[in-house]
Amino acid sequence: MANNTKGRRDFIGMALGGFTALGGIGALYAAKRTWDPLPSVKAAGFTTLDLSNVPEGVLITEKWRGKPIFILRQTKDMMSKVSKKDMKRLIKIGDDHFMVAVGLCTHLGCIPGYRPETQDFLCACHGGMYNSTADVTKAPPPRGLDIPPFKIDGKKLVLGEQGPEYKKMLEDGTTLPV
Amino acid sequence: MAHFDENAKPFSHKWLNERLAIDTLQRVLSTEYWIPKNINFLWAMGMVLAATFGLLLISGIFLLMYYQPNVNTAFDSVNYTIMSEVGYGWLWRHIHGVGASVVFLIIYIHMFTGIYYGSYKRGRELIWLSGMLLFITFSAEAFSGYMLPWGQMSYWAGMVITNLFSGGSLHADGLVEWIRGDYVPGQAFLNRFFMLHVLLMPLIIIGLIVLHFGTLRIPHVNNQDGEDFDFEEAARLYKEGKIKESKVIPFKPVFLSKDVFVMGIYFIFFFYLVFYHFEFAMDPVNFDPANPLKTPTHIYPEWYFLWSYEILRPFPTDPGLVAFGFAQVIFLLLPFLDRSPNVAPASKRGLFKYWFWALLVDMIVLTFMGKLPPEGAWSVIGLIAALFFFALWIALPIITSKEKKL
Amino acid sequence: MKELKIFGIVVAFTLVLYWGVEPFAHSQMHKHVEGDNLQYSDLKPLKVKGDAKAGEAKAAACVGCHSIKVKNMPAPMDAMASSAAYGVNPPDLSLAGALLDEKFFAHFLMDPAGVTKSKHFAMPPSAFSEQDAADIVAYFKSIAPKEVTAKDAFTFACSRCHADRYDHMTQLGEEPKTKANIKTNVDLDKLDFEKNLGTYQNKLADYMGKLPPDLSIIIRARSEHFLHTFIENPQSQLPGTAMPRVGLNKEGMEKVMAYLEKTGDPSKPLREQTGPKVLLFFLVFTALAFLWKKSMWKGHH
Repeated sequence: MANNTKGRRDFIGMALGGFTALGGIGALYAAKRTWDPLPSVKAAGFTTLDLSNVPEGVLITEKWRGKPIFILRQTKDMMSKVSKKDMKRLIKIGDDHFMVAVGLCTHLGCIPGYRPETQDFLCACHGGMYNSTADVTKAPPPRGLDIPPFKIDGKKLVLGEQGPEYKKMLEDGTTLPV
Repeated sequence: MAHFDENAKPFSHKWLNERLAIDTLQRVLSTEYWIPKNINFLWAMGMVLAATFGLLLISGIFLLMYYQPNVNTAFDSVNYTIMSEVGYGWLWRHIHGVGASVVFLIIYIHMFTGIYYGSYKRGRELIWLSGMLLFITFSAEAFSGYMLPWGQMSYWAGMVITNLFSGGSLHADGLVEWIRGDYVPGQAFLNRFFMLHVLLMPLIIIGLIVLHFGTLRIPHVNNQDGEDFDFEEAARLYKEGKIKESKVIPFKPVFLSKDVFVMGIYFIFFFYLVFYHFEFAMDPVNFDPANPLKTPTHIYPEWYFLWSYEILRPFPTDPGLVAFGFAQVIFLLLPFLDRSPNVAPASKRGLFKYWFWALLVDMIVLTFMGKLPPEGAWSVIGLIAALFFFALWIALPIITSKEKKL
Repeated sequence: MKELKIFGIVVAFTLVLYWGVEPFAHSQMHKHVEGDNLQYSDLKPLKVKGDAKAGEAKAAACVGCHSIKVKNMPAPMDAMASSAAYGVNPPDLSLAGALLDEKFFAHFLMDPAGVTKSKHFAMPPSAFSEQDAADIVAYFKSIAPKEVTAKDAFTFACSRCHADRYDHMTQLGEEPKTKANIKTNVDLDKLDFEKNLGTYQNKLADYMGKLPPDLSIIIRARSEHFLHTFIENPQSQLPGTAMPRVGLNKEGMEKVMAYLEKTGDPSKPLREQTGPKVLLFFLVFTALAFLWKKSMWKGHH
């Protein structure tokens, strides 16, 4: 070691080191921003669904932000079995009720299969089950299928935008934000 | 036999010392790595190169996240996605482009410092050779990198340089097609040069840097007078506290502190270029997407290849290729062509002094002529400068064997 | 001091090297072309003053090929039909009065091919007198909107021949947002658009001799000076080129260049903002490094 600093703290060296570390933080910020999803990816996050011709009781699958979206127009039979709590999960357009949810199991992300004969969903990965409103009925999934942000526009649904009905679902805990 | 104290606390200094000899490493590589005191800022160019290589590596990593090595999407992945969509993507691109150009400026300064002070002789031949191998590898790295944006210059440089391998009258067209993986530079060519640029060349460079440091450790760094003094004696004086009388300083913290200061000045210059003055490193011609049906009006390599390019150009095909090949390897032979045992600055070495400045000026003239259109007066000057280059190297063994021993 | 001398030599050689390779070599490769400062000196100043009211009636003929959106007047044919008939889609005229030089515009109306200096020009020669032309110009000036965006200027002046893919602009307007069939991933709407665009571009390349280049990054591929003088008079930089002289006025030129800079160098504002901060950081770093160096070297000299 240079003996002129024997016994004395290298203050200026520490100052230089500290200042350099500040620059390093700046560089890390730029690096973090480089990892951010690109604007074009975020802009593609809106899809319009036309629900006017959806047949009842038939599962329709659409795509939003790369994820499958389940649409199930509830039949009269299904509606007779829907509990008061589960009513909050459905979207009412005119006289029709629709289940619209992200078709990825809330356990670990597989796509649950729809069983028309029992009007429910069974996830092949670990056996989780959901009813016709996509509320969970058998473990291991921790909650019902998540409902994407939506806005009602006449007979159309715009996914990606937050309408008042969606905001209400968030507030009363019907769904978590997706 | 290694001794392991079972009472030593895990990850304590003693514990690490028993397993990694960290104290010995510290002494050998930094606090008792003795550097002569009689040096100037040019001795910091090695660290400046390491720092620039680091910047190229880091900026390259971020570019690699978004670059697409596909002939249809490469250009836009750089000029649209990276330059306008990616957060600070433009910053990494500018750092990478400017860095690739400035690194060669520093390489040439570093190289000519070595030539001037005779740092390629008397035990330092392998430092010189490993350094020249680094120059060649950096050249391959720069060339392969330049292909990637797939602009007009990328495509036509790829076309022309791979054509060199046809060997003139040898007509080794099969070899050229094999290198390209296709009849012309296309997808196969782009992908394999992407592999070279991103993986193979950097691995070789890192290995050669380790070798370069290794070859430096035993002979020690040279000094401004080429003096061959007793490092052990000087080290002893220093450790006794006679730091003024001793001819050496420890790498850490004394030499390092000057290195860091030189790097600070360098970074001001470097980042000024990154933000305000970068066209020299990102030539406009490469902002036209590659067009296999149109060669640009003015085609030229990056500045650091121009002297070598100008040695190829003035001659007919076959002699030109021979001359070009000669120019690539001749610097490797420097330690063996210099017949004088003197290790001293060129200013003290008689005719070698003139040889040095003549070589430097000649290479600058070749660089200019390499950029200018090969017409009229420019091609005449280029031919003379190329012939002078050969004359200098042929003269070197003659003038150095006649050199008076200092 | 010796070290300063060595530093000076290194800097001197570097600057000489830079000078030869960059400014000097480029000046030899590209002879400097002096612009005309948008004076259009080759065209004689008009001897008459235009009357917008009179111009309105005379401009009725324009709608035979051109739309005038600001007056709710559509073009008789859509872009594809116009392309098939003329080789290119005639521009909408709403901004003509705002962005074209008056003198140029009047002379152009009297002799389209001659004034644009094109070998062939889709717009036919006219029988307009100087008074007719001046009246029509006055009319278009009176109907032009006051606020013109950079994108509008580009659309009017350039986009019927030049695309700008970085802003999703094609010769047929902005790229539409379409959705693929979820079962097959086939996006018929997109394929339809691309077929039309391809047909248009093929016709355009036949008409012009080659497809006019995409201008996304032209601001980096050519210098600002080149683009300025080229747009003002294409023949001055590329003799024999098929690109017609456009006749932009100062506002038109500024707005078009602003658009080109937006798509070609969008990071410029942030770059100019970040630069001083980074340089200041390294200035302070170097000052601290100098002080550290001095403290480490104390007693060594």
